[in-house]
Amino acid sequence: MKRRTFFKATTLLAASLVAGAAMAADPIIVGAVAPKTGPLAGGAAVTHWPNIALWVKEVNERGGLTVGGEQRMLEVIEYDDQTNPAETIKAVQRLATQDDADIILAPYSTGLNLAAAPIFDRLGFPQITSSAATDQIGELSAQFNDMFFLLGRSSDLAEDAVEVLAELREAGEIGNRVAMVNVADAFGIELAAVGKPALEAAGFELVYETSYPLGTPDLSPIMKAAKAAEPDAFVAWSYPPDTFGLTEQAMIEELNVKAFYTAVATAFPAYGGRFGAAAEGVMGIGGVNTASPAFQDYAARLEAATGSKPDYWASGMMYASLQILEEAIETTGTLDMAEVTQFIKDNSFETVMGTIDFDDENNNTAYWTVGQWQGGEFKGIKETGREGAVAPILKTGWE
Amino acid sequence: MDILITGLILGGTYALIAMGLNLQYGVSRIMNLANGEMLVIGGFTAFALYTAGQVSPLLTIFIVAPVAYVLNWLVYRIMLRPLVKRAKSRGMLEQDAILTTFGLSFVMVGLMLWAFGGDYFSYSYLARPVVIFGDNFGLNRVVAFGCAALLCAGLYLWLNVSRAGMAIRAVAVSPENARLVGIDVPKLSARAFALGGAVTAVGGAVISTFLTLDASTGVMFTMKALIIVIMGGVGDVRGTILAALVLGLGETLVATFIDPGLTLAAAYALFIAILLFRPQGFFGRKPT
Repeated sequence: MKRRTFFKATTLLAASLVAGAAMAADPIIVGAVAPKTGPLAGGAAVTHWPNIALWVKEVNERGGLTVGGEQRMLEVIEYDDQTNPAETIKAVQRLATQDDADIILAPYSTGLNLAAAPIFDRLGFPQITSSAATDQIGELSAQFNDMFFLLGRSSDLAEDAVEVLAELREAGEIGNRVAMVNVADAFGIELAAVGKPALEAAGFELVYETSYPLGTPDLSPIMKAAKAAEPDAFVAWSYPPDTFGLTEQAMIEELNVKAFYTAVATAFPAYGGRFGAAAEGVMGIGGVNTASPAFQDYAARLEAATGSKPDYWASGMMYASLQILEEAIETTGTLDMAEVTQFIKDNSFETVMGTIDFDDENNNTAYWTVGQWQGGEFKGIKETGREGAVAPILKTGWE
Repeated sequence: MDILITGLILGGTYALIAMGLNLQYGVSRIMNLANGEMLVIGGFTAFALYTAGQVSPLLTIFIVAPVAYVLNWLVYRIMLRPLVKRAKSRGMLEQDAILTTFGLSFVMVGLMLWAFGGDYFSYSYLARPVVIFGDNFGLNRVVAFGCAALLCAGLYLWLNVSRAGMAIRAVAVSPENARLVGIDVPKLSARAFALGGAVTAVGGAVISTFLTLDASTGVMFTMKALIIVIMGGVGDVRGTILAALVLGLGETLVATFIDPGLTLAAAYALFIAILLFRPQGFFGRKPT
């Protein structure tokens, strides 16, 4: 008997809750899919998820998004794709068909975004990618009309790194000898494929070159060989675990190059946190204008809301993608995705990363390519049209 | 010389990764696929205590070891004992254990995500060069090698000299016959499993001083441990140590003289060669 009364009570309570909720406007269902486990989970935990949490929190504190004169709260449904493209696609499909999502946010990373492009296109959701760097922007946007690119072309990222080295050489700061290594995995291979010819075209002498598998537990043979080649500059097209590993080995081997570059994750706050003063002068992929008040304000809000600091590359772009989506929905006053997509194509947007507008290929042509740790911040030193780049400094040891 | 030392140091790391699984699989007959997650938990604890209170990871292991021991003992009693009881043969137990611990690994990843988040756990501890025979080595790696050597020597001595150790070896060789001489096999199996878990977690705490971990890296360590345990021969500490060193030296030789890109291929080639020519592993017994 007791159990039955309990059931009755809870049913009543549930019914009243449902009735209460029905009086307010229905929430807008926001679908989010990205890695929470698997090889890219560490990156997504820094760059992707905290931005969604911040955006939803702030929009809901304002009372929701205004759609058609009515304020509606955001409700997020999150899926873990386990860094598996097949799971990403399944989750997007599930969000659209079973969860009736009104908006679906672009997934995380180049690979997963490319995998999900056909399903986004078929379902008609705009896919504003903020963590995909690819050279196929033209082909992709021609095929998938509603796919947008914030992070830029991968070849620019590699070519600009080489350009920074070339400029230091022209200024007489570094010599001609470069050691180049890369992780034998998607993005590392792609960057090396662009970086190597760029180094050769710039007239650098490649004194050491190799690749290593992802997850190599001991990188010391590589660093020993690189040091033995006596380079003036060290370039690694690396991924997060080996970006940390190579830096530590460089400290241990006392590799005293004047230019030291590691790729993905150099811009992560964890990098500065781990290496502290030794990080000074390390160059890496990405960068932001750390002096911009908009970015500083965003960084402070993100940390207050989620406890996690933004990285100095794609985090701001991820948040910018949400700002773009928000403005497009509120200005058009609709959740009709075709209309929203058209608005994104036609307009420019003020974001935490500065003004963003898209060219005919749905590409944001102004982005950061190379950054450097200077005074505890990873500052942008090379861009394709952003303001606030600082001059590079030379690496002076690991103390 | 420099290659030899680099290889030995890497071998020490591998021994830390595999020693615990050797105990769990060799004695308790549980092929624990959640082994890598236990390692990551050890690493996380070291990271958390180091960043929160500058506690040296070398002290953390004295907290990690007993906690991991109790945790693993509970896992064995609650989750694995029923499987052992109902298993009609060793093959059936292995099959059930693999499936159960595979599931357990997902649960543990989920718990770690909930507790620590998915971020990279990376800190700098003893990242200083030490000079050995004129070459630079990471002090943290050298210390890890020292820990591995102590741990392996300790385990080996304990297993060969003490009465409890002898009983554990008896269970490893033949659980059925061990019962006949009055050994409490279920109790010892639980203890060996718990000890294996504690050893793995300690290994994780030490390894976290130089490897970058996140909540889902465990599976990589499980794979490595699996290869080493099978190469060395199930249930023999010496085999695991030898296999770890062979793998470490082999990978370093290939990385130095051929190409760092081929280290993984070399490791698996070695593994296949051993499976082909000595399927019972270096120190394993031939099935009778």
